[in-house]
Amino acid sequence: MSSTTAVSAPPRVKVPRWVAPVGAVVLFAAAYLAFRGTGTLPHDKEAPQFLAVTELREWIDDHRNDNPLFLYFLNYIRLFVGGLYDLFQTTLYALGWPGLTGVMGALAWLAGGWRIALLAVSGVSAFGFLGLWQSSVDTLALVAAAVLLSLAIGIPIGVWAGLSARARRAITPVLDVMQIMPTFAYLAPLALFFHIGAPAGAIATMIYSIPPAIRITALAISEVSPTAVEASASLGATRRQTLFKVYLPLARSTMALAVNQTIMMALSMVVIANLISAPGLGGDIIRGLSRAQVGIMLPAGVAIVVMAVVLDRMMMSVAQRGSAVGWRSGGSGATRAGEGGGAGATERASRSAAMNRPHAKLSRIDLVAAGVLAAVGLALIPVLPRVWPESWTINVVAEVNDAVRWAETTWYPVTTFIKDLVTASLLNPLETLLTSAPWWLVTLAVLAVAWRVSGVRPALIALGCLLAIALLGTWEHAMQTMTTVAVAVLVTLVIGLLLGVAAARSPRYSAVQRPLLDAAQTMPAFVYLLPALALFETTRFTAIFASIIYAVPPVVRLVEDGIKAVPATVVEAASSAGSTRGQLLWKVQLPMARQAILLAANQGIVMTLAMVVVGGLVGAGALGYDVVLGFSQRTDFGLGFVAGIATVLLGVMLDRITQGADRRSSPRKRKSP
Amino acid sequence: MKIRLLAGLLTAGLTLGLATACGGATVETSPSSTAAPQGGASSAGGTVKIAINPWVGYEASANVVAYLLKNELGYTVELPEIKEQLAWEGFETGDVDVIIENWGHPDLKKQFIEEKKVAVEAGSTGNKGVIGWYIPKWMADKYPDITDYKNLNKYAELFKTSESGDKGQLLFGDPSYVSNEEALIKNLKLNYKVVVGGSEAALIKGAQQAQTQQKPLLFYFWDPHWLFSKTDLVRVNLPAYTEGCDADPKKVACDYPEMDLDKIVSKKFADTGGKAYELVKNFTWTNEDQNAVADDMTNNGMTGEQAAKKWVEANTAKWQAWIPK
Repeated sequence: MSSTTAVSAPPRVKVPRWVAPVGAVVLFAAAYLAFRGTGTLPHDKEAPQFLAVTELREWIDDHRNDNPLFLYFLNYIRLFVGGLYDLFQTTLYALGWPGLTGVMGALAWLAGGWRIALLAVSGVSAFGFLGLWQSSVDTLALVAAAVLLSLAIGIPIGVWAGLSARARRAITPVLDVMQIMPTFAYLAPLALFFHIGAPAGAIATMIYSIPPAIRITALAISEVSPTAVEASASLGATRRQTLFKVYLPLARSTMALAVNQTIMMALSMVVIANLISAPGLGGDIIRGLSRAQVGIMLPAGVAIVVMAVVLDRMMMSVAQRGSAVGWRSGGSGATRAGEGGGAGATERASRSAAMNRPHAKLSRIDLVAAGVLAAVGLALIPVLPRVWPESWTINVVAEVNDAVRWAETTWYPVTTFIKDLVTASLLNPLETLLTSAPWWLVTLAVLAVAWRVSGVRPALIALGCLLAIALLGTWEHAMQTMTTVAVAVLVTLVIGLLLGVAAARSPRYSAVQRPLLDAAQTMPAFVYLLPALALFETTRFTAIFASIIYAVPPVVRLVEDGIKAVPATVVEAASSAGSTRGQLLWKVQLPMARQAILLAANQGIVMTLAMVVVGGLVGAGALGYDVVLGFSQRTDFGLGFVAGIATVLLGVMLDRITQGADRRSSPRKRKSP
Repeated sequence: MKIRLLAGLLTAGLTLGLATACGGATVETSPSSTAAPQGGASSAGGTVKIAINPWVGYEASANVVAYLLKNELGYTVELPEIKEQLAWEGFETGDVDVIIENWGHPDLKKQFIEEKKVAVEAGSTGNKGVIGWYIPKWMADKYPDITDYKNLNKYAELFKTSESGDKGQLLFGDPSYVSNEEALIKNLKLNYKVVVGGSEAALIKGAQQAQTQQKPLLFYFWDPHWLFSKTDLVRVNLPAYTEGCDADPKKVACDYPEMDLDKIVSKKFADTGGKAYELVKNFTWTNEDQNAVADDMTNNGMTGEQAAKKWVEANTAKWQAWIPK
């Protein structure tokens, strides 16, 4: 409990524990009333730092083809990645839909038998039925290029980090920051250096999806049994031999997880990459957004989810095929916050891997079946039309739009009431509070809270981030974004606690809820914008609603696990001492699950921030909108760029404030139920 | 020029490698290379990429041209969703061949046409475009002096919403639209806040509700648009446009000019686009034509292709003149 000792370091006699915090709150309230309206840092669109970045971009644009850095380095990277993307795209186009369906089916069969193969075949066909064949293939090619690059770079770094503790110490903080960076923050710098289009999109996706590749590989390598390494070394194996014959084979199944996570991350980024003109399904999503037509977005959203599910199940089967033991001992860092959609995957695999006995080796039947499937697919390429026949597509645009319109008009009173209530009672007052308070007061408050919750070092880091935000000239918008995040996190935690407690108390309810949570965590972030947009049009509340449904699943899961982890003996003792169920919950289970709940808050905050920023697309305003604007208007590029940096700083700050829980003891270390 | 050469070599190498490796490299696979014409758009059956900007009038023009390119000239047409300013950059990266309806953008013309020489003008679309601030007609009837910008502050109270705080709301559309709003509000000292609806659809919906339910609304809008024939709207008079009053974007204090909307194509497409380029260059129609197609797309449940087909079938004489001989 380093934090509490830090705050109440000089132990005074007989002062009740609540005095210090309450006193602090009163003090801050008084200071706010006294200094309100002074020391605010209003937003200035023409701030010199924004203009400087805009000018830098203009300069780079003008010198992209004659500056040596671009000429001999960056443009080559761009060309190489572009070539890789073209390679995948050409191959996939050449396969056509029969070929691709067959090959994917075959791969899936090899990965996990006929069930997975069936899933893959129907999943790939779904792209066609949805009328999105070409966009889906573009997306698939982009994901393939990005994931390949991620793995090519991530696995060696991961192996290095797994073998050397020093390397791991150096890399971990970088990965931490990368994982709390919202997707949007990656785009502007990449547009600056790699221009726009598919290569820039692939590079953005690669950078976003690389952390799990490094992290899980490092974990896998470091968990290879030392005896095996010892044995091979004593038999005279060289380091290279030990690496390739001992480490990598033994770490294989965990590394399949690394691949899986990387793919999931890539899928959530690839859509956002459309903002810098990357091709694929993102285009359809943006088209729907800019027409305010859910009917256009829905099929694209479904296609992305289908793609995620198919790839997820395939990689999961591969992971399960290997040994289920070995890597379970301590997955502390691997699934830390911010991995977004795939956060639960590792855990999920451990559970299912523990339940299913490892598959036997591939049987000959499997091989034959897979071969036949692939051969049939390839043989059909010249026979069937190259383009997916239009008569086979299901066009639901009009129907979905009608349904949405119906929902809008029918539920209009209810949704408007909720929206206005939250906006008027929570959002606006809090926003006024944060933007009208002097900057030094907010900074002090953040420092105090971070110190209390997480200790000195995180508090200082949080302080540094906040000051940097002020210096960057994004104070007011950062405060607005923070307001949105705060409201969203508040609601998320309330819902998460309710559902988590319910699940912890009723195994039957938990059994119903788990698969839903699993599914929810496989979905890329922006998919949640759809229902939000359908119900609430474009306002700040829309982004809040979307981030709530995005962040609730991991929070529920953490709370449930935290409560379940309270030792049965303690519960027993409390019950036998005559506690009611309510007392048991409030006095025993929740306090003892405090760490897990704090971790849930941390996860919730990081995920909410990511979503609120994406919510810039649907009316969330502030930093997220600045980023969108930066890509829409050349003159505002600097603003968008700086807003991206500010988002990262805000993310780091919020993470540090709540990080105390995570650092002390990770509930993931516990044995899964 | 050096990078062009290297790029060309590399891309050529890659394409060659592909062609031999999988025996199926097609021409439509180079959306990303920075240079090196691959001969795609030059022959019939090539690919033309028309950027789609997010307003339905633009889409109407793009779909009609796309329909003719496909069905009369046998091209493949891609319609990537790329917003106004990014589309100009797309000329440079090869992601875009055509912007079918350009609203002014003298700064971009200078940069991409004169300085970088990656784009060229391809003539007028025949459409006259003008942006302005609008209110529903009932407001002009009830408050006759509201159409003068000098009186806007007097009525700011009416336009307050939950998103605009204590100022009046000026509803804006897609973040990528041509906009002087921030500068106008500042320079004309208006007590208003720009609230971004995020899309054309948000503007249309707002305008329709405002007129039918008699709700106050001040919003950004533009002509040509089908909405004017369905809903009564009145334009607010800002200080009249004079030549050059919008030269410095920060100091703008005048209304938008009437613009002659034009087409911009990439240099590469102009040089190697063959008949496709000719068709794009010849394309010109009236605001009524565009509104008819846009209306079908928005209100009659047609896709862009269906609406284009309907117009093409009904107006053979017009488009026959565009088809290159």
